[in-house]
Amino acid sequence: MSTINFTIDGKACKAKPGQTIVEAAKDNGIYIPTLCHFEGLKPAGTCRICTVKVGGRNMAACTTPVTEGMVVENKTADLEDYRKAIIEMLFVEGNHMCPTCEKSGNCELQALGYRYMMMAPRFPFLFPRRTLDASLPKIVIERNRCVQCLRCVRGITTADGKRIFGVVNRGGHVEITVDKDLAASMTDEMAQKAMDLCPVGAILKKEVGFAIPIGKRKFDSKPIGSEIEKA
Amino acid sequence: MSKPVVATASLAGCFGCHMSILDIDDRILKLIELVEFNKSPIDDIKTFTKQCDIGLIEGGCCNSENVENLKLFRKNCKILISVGECAIMGGLPAMRNGIPVKECLEEAYLKCPTVDDNIIPNDDELPMILDRVYPCHEIVKIDYFLPGCPPRADLIWEALVALLTGKELELPYEVVKFD
Ligand code: SF4
Ligand code: SF4
Ligand code: FES
Repeated sequence: MSTINFTIDGKACKAKPGQTIVEAAKDNGIYIPTLCHFEGLKPAGTCRICTVKVGGRNMAACTTPVTEGMVVENKTADLEDYRKAIIEMLFVEGNHMCPTCEKSGNCELQALGYRYMMMAPRFPFLFPRRTLDASLPKIVIERNRCVQCLRCVRGITTADGKRIFGVVNRGGHVEITVDKDLAASMTDEMAQKAMDLCPVGAILKKEVGFAIPIGKRKFDSKPIGSEIEKA
Repeated sequence: MSKPVVATASLAGCFGCHMSILDIDDRILKLIELVEFNKSPIDDIKTFTKQCDIGLIEGGCCNSENVENLKLFRKNCKILISVGECAIMGGLPAMRNGIPVKECLEEAYLKCPTVDDNIIPNDDELPMILDRVYPCHEIVKIDYFLPGCPPRADLIWEALVALLTGKELELPYEVVKFD
C-alpha cells in the first residue's frame, strides 16, 4: 500500500490512501476538533467545526480525503476563531442549561466550549421554543440540546437495519424524530448506545442520570482532544 | 493609597455565586486586605457610597428591579463582571423563556395545586416581571465573564487577583466549567 505525504501546519505527515484529513491527522498525533463526526460512521459534514484550509479554501476535514502533497492549515488564529464562533452559535441557537443537564461533564459540545475557553458567546441567545419527548419507554429526546449532528440517524438501527431516528423540516426548524414503534422496541443496550453516540444531552437513557460524580466525568480534568495530541 | 473598592449584587440568582466567593476559604482574609467592599449583601451596605472599581454581578435580569440595579452597578463600577451561568445566559430562571409570561403566571398563581387565593400578585410595590429573562450583557456592557454554576472559588479568586494586581491571568483547565 502506498503512503501519502502531506503537511499540517508545516509538519510532515503520512496518510493511508482513502483516509480523511481528520483520520490521518489523528494518526499523526494532531487533533482537529470534530463534533458531528464519529469514528465508524459515514461522515456527514454537518457541523463544520473541523474546518481546515487547503489551498486557501475552507474544507471540512472529516469529509475530505488526503491527497499527495496536500498542504493543510489547521491551528491558525483565523480557523480557531471560526471554530469558536461555531461552538458559540450552537450554544445560543439551542437551550443549553449545563447545570441541569445529565450529559454535563461528558458532553462534547461543552468540552469544546472548555477547550476554546468560551466565557460567553458573542451572539445573542435565541431561546428557541423546542419540545421534549419523554413518551418512549427507554429514552428521552431533549430537543433543546440537539445540535443536529445526525449521529443518531446514521448510527442507530434495528437488527434488520431499519433507522430508528430521522430528521424533519429544514433550516432553523430541523428536528430529530423517531419511529415510535421501532423506538419502543429498543433494548437497554440500544438506549445506552444511542445516549453514548449523541455528543450532547439530547438522547438520554431513562432511569439513570448524574451517575458519575463531578470531578470523575470524561472532560472534568482532561480537555477534549488531549488523548490524540502528542507532546 | 486607598484600596480598590468592590461591590456585588445578586439579581435573578440563588446566592450560590456569592457562596462560592466565600468558598475561597482563608483567602478571604487576604481579600479583605486587598480590597474594600461597598454595596454588597456581604457587608449589607444597601446603597453606593462611592465610585467602585469592580462590580460582581450574580444572576440575570428577570424583572424591572434587576434591570435598575444592574444599570446602577454599571454607572458606579469601572469594571463589571458577570459571575455565573445565570448572569451569563439567564440560567435556571431562563427556563421560562419561550413560555409566554401570562402562561407562567397562571401556572404559578392560578393553576398550581398549592395556592388557594387564586390571584396573580399585582401591586405597585412589586417589580414588573420581564417578557423573558435577559443575560446581563444584553442589558448593559459587561467587561468580563466568569462561567460556572457556581463558578469555582479558584476562578473567582484568580480573576480578582489578576485584575487587582495587573498580572496575566493563567487559568488551569479545571477551573473553567459551565456546571
Ligand atoms: S448538551 Fe452539553 S452543552 Fe448542552 S446543556 Fe447539556 S452539557 Fe451543556
Ligand atoms: S439527537 Fe443527538 S445524535 Fe441525534 S442529531 Fe441531535 S445531537 Fe446529534
Ligand atoms: S466534524 Fe466535520 S463537519 Fe462536523
